[in-house]
Amino acid sequence: MSATTTPVEAVGSTRRTRSAPAPIPMTRLLDTELRKMFDTRAGFWLMGSIGIAAVIASVATMLFAPDSALTYESFSTAIGFPIAVILPMIAILSVTGEWSQRTGLTTFTLVPSRGRVIAAKLLCTLGIGIASMFVAMLIGAVGNVVGSAVNGVDTVWGLDATQLALIVLANVLGMLVGFMLGVLIRSSAGAIVGYFVYSFMLPTVFGLLWTFQDWFRDVHGWVDFNSASMVLFDDTPTGEQWAQLGVTGLIWLVIPTLIGLRLVMRSEVK
Amino acid sequence: MITIDSLTRRYGGFTAVDDVTFTARAGRVTGFLGPNGAGKSTTMRIMVGLTPPTSGTAEILGRRFAELPNPGREVGVLLDASAQHAGRTGREILTIAQRTMGLPKESVESTLARVSLTDEEADRRVRNYSLGMRQRLGIGTALIGEPEVLILDEPANGLDPAGIRWMRDLLRRFADDGGTVLLSSHLLHEIEVIADDLVVIGQGRIVAQGSKAELLAAAGTLVRTVDPAGLARALDHENITSVRNPDGALRTDADPALVGRIALEARIALTELRAADGAGLEEMFLELTAASQRETHLDHPEGAAA
Repeated sequence: MSATTTPVEAVGSTRRTRSAPAPIPMTRLLDTELRKMFDTRAGFWLMGSIGIAAVIASVATMLFAPDSALTYESFSTAIGFPIAVILPMIAILSVTGEWSQRTGLTTFTLVPSRGRVIAAKLLCTLGIGIASMFVAMLIGAVGNVVGSAVNGVDTVWGLDATQLALIVLANVLGMLVGFMLGVLIRSSAGAIVGYFVYSFMLPTVFGLLWTFQDWFRDVHGWVDFNSASMVLFDDTPTGEQWAQLGVTGLIWLVIPTLIGLRLVMRSEVK
Repeated sequence: MITIDSLTRRYGGFTAVDDVTFTARAGRVTGFLGPNGAGKSTTMRIMVGLTPPTSGTAEILGRRFAELPNPGREVGVLLDASAQHAGRTGREILTIAQRTMGLPKESVESTLARVSLTDEEADRRVRNYSLGMRQRLGIGTALIGEPEVLILDEPANGLDPAGIRWMRDLLRRFADDGGTVLLSSHLLHEIEVIADDLVVIGQGRIVAQGSKAELLAAAGTLVRTVDPAGLARALDHENITSVRNPDGALRTDADPALVGRIALEARIALTELRAADGAGLEEMFLELTAASQRETHLDHPEGAAA
């Protein structure tokens, strides 16, 4: 500042004496972030769509599946497909809403530690995802019992706890992908488009490479995160498949997430 | 109290905020005045940690904003009343703030009353709010934590005359209670009626600051010289403070005869020496506005937004 300025005489300080407020505990951030996922119509129906999709898929399986296919596995596969698409959307929108709706201006001035806000969002998203998967599994179980009773066949489960746990893990990975795209792109529309590129375009490209390039077949398992995580839906992975999941996850999930988090911490919020 | 020290923010080759230093004191309303794109909003965003500064520091109540344990309880911030979730109701937005800060439930209702939003309006979604209602809601979010400091960016935008009057009284009471208020505006008269102190910014630089009484004082001297820095030093040496206009002229409260004598003793040639005509601030502000309007900021991201 080049101008010589006129000093203002100190004003008789009448500042109220007050104690410094306590820091904001993580539980409160979880509480508000959870609330923010449900408190708009769009958010409410996005959450509700999980239950709705599960019921529709169960009813459809009851109505259309042949008697031999009335097993719990059929129900969980039918329910699992819509959920595997909805959960990553929830993860994306929980992050990008702060930027697309510009609520970040308030959120990050009330809680300057952006890392804690983002961590709270991640925990809420995962919590909701896992809880909704259990609800969906329960709906599927009810569907299985009712479906077999109505059709007069024996109730077949055909899925054990390990397989269910692997399906939960696969969905958690899907949500983490959504979360990664959210912090990386920070725009609802952009991240959702990114998700479809990520989960539909990339596998197509890998498929083409696999078909036409011999050299690619050897490395395919170690670069295609999508197919490495799809294994979880069908089988218990072998040791090599676990390793492939780890390597591809590092490339396609961990590293982009770290870049995204760095951007979230440093970028301007406007 | 807000203390800004040598704050600078560059975007590529463009300097949006250029070595800004000022203090907003407790018990006073400080008006942050400047034409659109002058760097007011960027400076305020840096204060509250939304934009990292290139250099310099901004402290509120003696700490960087990010170090405040529960900022909403100490600093009320309203940067943009449009930046609220269109799908939430006004009551819900205040409830989120109340829960984040850990305040009692009743504070939502009392804040709604304080910013004159009716029950029916509070249950409406923000997409159906007028700009004036959004401003009231945003001011409510800033006030709900009973802070000591208020930072408001163009809070009068969209308010009707009664609303402006209401806000003026509210800020006056807040400052009289010992609080610190920093509010920005691009309208001189709006700031004039409310502020005790003024900080005038143009093209990222502070061009004048001081109490309103000093800056608007009718008395004083306007003096031009080829060496304004030298004359300012010479005046300063005699304990006479001066303010430099953007065009290089100096203004001071001292009598023209005294200024002339000091210039003579300092062997500084004057090109003009006369009694100031009172509308110094307004003139300076008009010049600032005109200067920034002549220049196009199209290649600068801040030109239009700030």
